[in-house]
Parts: sequence; structure tokens; C-alpha cells
Amino acid sequence: MALKLVFLGRLEDAAGQGERDVPHVPSLPQLLTGLESELVAALADPRIRLAVNGEIVSDRNSLLLDDGDELAFLPPVSGG
Amino acid sequence: MPADVRLLTAPFDPAGEMAAFAAAHPASGGIVSFLGQVRAGDEVEALELRHYGPLTLPGMEALADRALRRWTLDGLLVIHRSGRMKPAEPIVLVAAAARHRRDAFAAAEFAMDHLKSESWFWKRELAGGHWRWIEPREQDFSDLQRWQ
Repeated sequence: MALKLVFLGRLEDAAGQGERDVPHVPSLPQLLTGLESELVAALADPRIRLAVNGEIVSDRNSLLLDDGDELAFLPPVSGG
Repeated sequence: MPADVRLLTAPFDPAGEMAAFAAAHPASGGIVSFLGQVRAGDEVEALELRHYGPLTLPGMEALADRALRRWTLDGLLVIHRSGRMKPAEPIVLVAAAARHRRDAFAAAEFAMDHLKSESWFWKRELAGGHWRWIEPREQDFSDLQRWQ
């Protein structure tokens, strides 16, 4: 019973790892309360997008998380 | 006509790719290409691009589809590296083949501007033994606005 968290770009440094499994909780605020405060502060940057199972989430507040979901935290991109 | 869109985790040969692309589109009067490579100097020892599997390649394919719908093209090639690269190694190759050159120029530039600032890549540099994440530049966003 878990959620998979994926931290891209500099968020990997804030999290100390690129991926992490955490126990399932149904909402994003509940998920954040279980994370260390420095990481929560890094994730609070309004430029960070969230994808659940490969789909960009537009409304985080109404997000309902299922067991096994993969959440990716996506900071501003820098390609090319 | 589908685009040829690839996300590679190993080095590629831009000259060989261009030769194959040109050979595949003999009726095109013009082919415009852009090659991005790791800048040498600035004491950068290596560059690393990260991607996110569920988003990055699907996003590149959607971008190629937009270019194909917007301009009259015979073919479109988009190759982007992920992983660790050394100075002077190729990062990205975009090529557009068209009957007339203006469509090819515009489509290649459109694809590059969107790869830089809208595609799901994260870049960091190794310099002086330390990795540093690269933030997007303001210029990258203003480049995008030209296409809206």
C-alpha cells in the first residue's frame, strides 16, 4: 500500500533521492505532512508542476490519490 | 506523414542522421537542420540531461505533430539526448524537410524553441567537481511567445 514519488531536476537534491515510496494517503496535503520540512518548502515553489500517473494535474486541491499512484514533481524545465 | 521523433540515451551521429533524412526525402527542395551540442569551455566537464519517461517522449511527439499541422512539411526529424554528455557531444538534432525553404526554417525553429522551454528535460552541469542544475532563461520564454 504505497505511493511512488518522483523528484525531477533540483528537487532530487532536496529530496536526497530521485524516487521514494511512501504509505498511501488520499490527498496531497496529507502526503506533504509526512515529508521533511525542507522538501515541503522546495515543493511549495508555484512553478513546480505535478503529474499523477503521467498526466499533468491542473487542480491539486481536489486530487484524490489511489494506492499505487505515481506522483512526479516537475520543476521548470531546461532542455536543448 | 509521421515525424521521426527519438529520445536517445546513447551518443548519436548527426551527419549520418542528416544523410539518411535527406535520402528519405528526395522530393524536398529544402532541408533545414539545427544541431545543439555541449558547449566546450566555461570549465564545464560534463552535462547531464534527465527526462521523465511518462512525459518526455510523448511531449516531443505532440510537439512534432503541432509543427506538422502548422507548416507544409515533407518530413520532420527530432532527436534529443538524455543522460551524461561530454563537451562537443551532440544534444539535439532537429531537421525539417519541405518543398519550399520558408516552411522548413520556421518549423525547425518552432521545434527548437519548444524543446528548449517546454519539453520535459532537466539539465545540470559538472564544473570544478560539483553538479549544478541549470534554470531556464528568460530568453527561452520570450522565444516561445513569438509562436503564439
